[in-house]
Amino acid sequence: MEPLTWTGSLSVLNPIFLGLWALLGVSVLAQIVTSFFGTEVDVVGDQLVVKKTPNALAGMAVKYSFIGAVLITLAYLVGGILIPGLEAKGIIGIMATRFLPVWIALAVTFALSITFKRKLGLYGKLFDSVVGMIGFAIVMFWVFTAIFGAMDFIVTHDPLSQISGLKNKVPGTAVPDGNDVYPYYLLGGDNLARDVFSRMVKGSWEVIKIAPFATLFAFMVGITLGLPAAYYGGKLDTILTFLANLILAFPVILLFYLLVTPEIVATGIPVYMAAVLFIFPIIFMVILINSRFYVQPAKRNIYLAFVLVIGLWLYAGIAWNADPFGIIEFPPNLLVVFVSVVFVNSPTVFRIVRGIALDIKTRDYVAAGQTRGEGPWYIMLWEILPNARGPLIVDFCLRIGYTTILLGTLGFFGLGLSPESPDWGSTINDGRKLLSIFPHPALAPALSLMSLVLGLNLLADGLREESLRD
Amino acid sequence: MGLFILRRVGVMLLTALCLTFIVFFLTNLYPNLEKLAKTQGNMRMTDEQVDSWLSERGYLDPLPVKYGRWLGVVPGWTFEDPDDGKVRGRCIEPGMDPAEAPRYCGILQGDWGFSTVFKDEVGTVTANRLALTGKLMFWVMVLMVPSALLIGVLAGMREGSKLDRSLSTFSIASTATPEYVSGVIFITLLASSSGVKWFKGTATSAADNATFENFFLPVLTIALYGVGYIARMTRASMTEVMTAQYIRTARLKGVSFRNIVLKHALRNALIAPFTVIMLQFPWLLNGVVIVETLFNYKGFGWTLVQAAGNNDIELLLACSVAAVFVVLVTQLISDIGYVFLNPRIRIA
Repeated sequence: MEPLTWTGSLSVLNPIFLGLWALLGVSVLAQIVTSFFGTEVDVVGDQLVVKKTPNALAGMAVKYSFIGAVLITLAYLVGGILIPGLEAKGIIGIMATRFLPVWIALAVTFALSITFKRKLGLYGKLFDSVVGMIGFAIVMFWVFTAIFGAMDFIVTHDPLSQISGLKNKVPGTAVPDGNDVYPYYLLGGDNLARDVFSRMVKGSWEVIKIAPFATLFAFMVGITLGLPAAYYGGKLDTILTFLANLILAFPVILLFYLLVTPEIVATGIPVYMAAVLFIFPIIFMVILINSRFYVQPAKRNIYLAFVLVIGLWLYAGIAWNADPFGIIEFPPNLLVVFVSVVFVNSPTVFRIVRGIALDIKTRDYVAAGQTRGEGPWYIMLWEILPNARGPLIVDFCLRIGYTTILLGTLGFFGLGLSPESPDWGSTINDGRKLLSIFPHPALAPALSLMSLVLGLNLLADGLREESLRD
Repeated sequence: MGLFILRRVGVMLLTALCLTFIVFFLTNLYPNLEKLAKTQGNMRMTDEQVDSWLSERGYLDPLPVKYGRWLGVVPGWTFEDPDDGKVRGRCIEPGMDPAEAPRYCGILQGDWGFSTVFKDEVGTVTANRLALTGKLMFWVMVLMVPSALLIGVLAGMREGSKLDRSLSTFSIASTATPEYVSGVIFITLLASSSGVKWFKGTATSAADNATFENFFLPVLTIALYGVGYIARMTRASMTEVMTAQYIRTARLKGVSFRNIVLKHALRNALIAPFTVIMLQFPWLLNGVVIVETLFNYKGFGWTLVQAAGNNDIELLLACSVAAVFVVLVTQLISDIGYVFLNPRIRIA
């Protein structure tokens, strides 16, 4: 069979598309250059009117060429979904069709969120900022891709199966006859003749299932230690700050090389670290509930019992791999990666929380709480923490991005995850050896990782703008 | 001021001691030692052979003793070979008379040990590699700092303008692109058969003879990741300065925009980025390891990877001392520099 082209029967649009991008680039440059010259003003009748300057002209060119480029991109995607026949769709069209569940989920999410945005607090306000919406769309695209990919909806091939004759083949290569699978390798084959597209989609699950949770755990550890350090000060603060600086002074990669090795896993050190680090979320939740409801013992006991049962069950399963019901299990390979990422991130969170709490604890409402006789933990968790949420939420988004980069770094050095794992870092590492001859196996995961982190950064930017408006 | 620096140096030494002890502990765990014995001796050694190999070389002594030896406060190990009666020891160089050998040989005596991977003195290996990485870092700084400051100042001088929007987007995109992604993209576009072949995809030859062709891509790759962050900090500080009272006064007096930016705003806006640039060094170290591996430039980062991959304990310790030193010294410089740049801050 013939190899696929990128845009199939929509290739008539290609020259216009390229032309628009060229125009966009030129006009952006022109606009930047012309912006250094001031504007002139004319008097028309009794009004001051700004003259049409080259800058405004360039601005219009930027606007229309950008709109045009976006429209044609949409045409590629929508057209690709609507046109029947694989050859006519082209690679982009087929990929758009494969991602159909993701598009539907995204559309539903956005429709619901925009309809009810006034009732959704900070999350709803996100939909007032264009940057925030773009970021959110990119992030959710990858989240849905990960979820549907894990359910085998989007992938075209098994990410581990090899088809002979497709080693390092370019995108759109047809699978040789006699193989009873999907007839094309959409983004080509890698150096072990596996499908790059399917590996990219499966790899997003590897990232999405670790990064947010690791960041969440790091936040729990950082908050549980950072609040008392700032609130009590003194020796506790000195010791904790020294420990945090100690971990921060470690080059991250050296730490990973020392911690994430099969030898260290054999000694059981990651399990002990997990045992220490993962107890913090439980402590956090227990203190949170106890400080709020200790005046209503009946209510508190129910909540506490609930949290402790669920928490300790997860704790036994995740940290000690000793779930009494055998439902939760955490492979030691993954545990060491998870623990190291939490370990590296929590000192930074600690410093941020401590800094904000040091500022907030001098406010009048904290003094008022102390005068009312509120306990120290109530003040920390129910007076200080909610008022520190803005910067913390923004940092949370940025930190997920940073964790994603860290996970990629781990994969890039071949640490932790199994060598066959389709996660993006490992795939980039596999592809880099033949980079100057066959760039496509490394390029797909590289661009995916970049877009996810970019989305998280844009989301954080949008959230920051909107939370400052309060 | 003197007391402040003294206290900071004290904390620095304590941190370095703690960190090297952690590295020492992790590298001296038994599975790591077993791996070392098998790679250095023989892959098919039995457990007893591994034990005797390790104990002959003092690896099985208690941890504090070994750490003391490395520091040079505990006498080095000696071992008398039962077969030929020769005495070997940590402090006894090959061909040296055991009776004349010094008793102590640790970093306090200037002896950093022997690298099992490179078969050379750790001191010389580390010094050579650090010099190579220093060259890389220098050019990164030359490229990164001016461009980041320029982008930040241009974006911050008119907040919300089109120029600000486009430069801010660029900064966000650059912070979102880790080195191993941008490096891969650069090699694909600029150094492969599918793009143009303007540069070389490897920088191995740059160690002896750095040219624009073989050295620009690694430098650009490291610099790009840092540019966005510094530019965003500069922009934030610049926008803050541009809304200050004295800038408004200058505007109302009729000072031209160019003079406001260059004479009034710029100097005040550059205080915050200075700290950020100094604190970027530890991050650069991270980037250096990735980029040196990707471009096969045999500097400090590459050595770190080799040492860690082969559990070369003494080289790894030297590397961590060097890394910790860089991190802590830059922190110290950023604190002191801040006081000099901003006369409103006084440290007792």
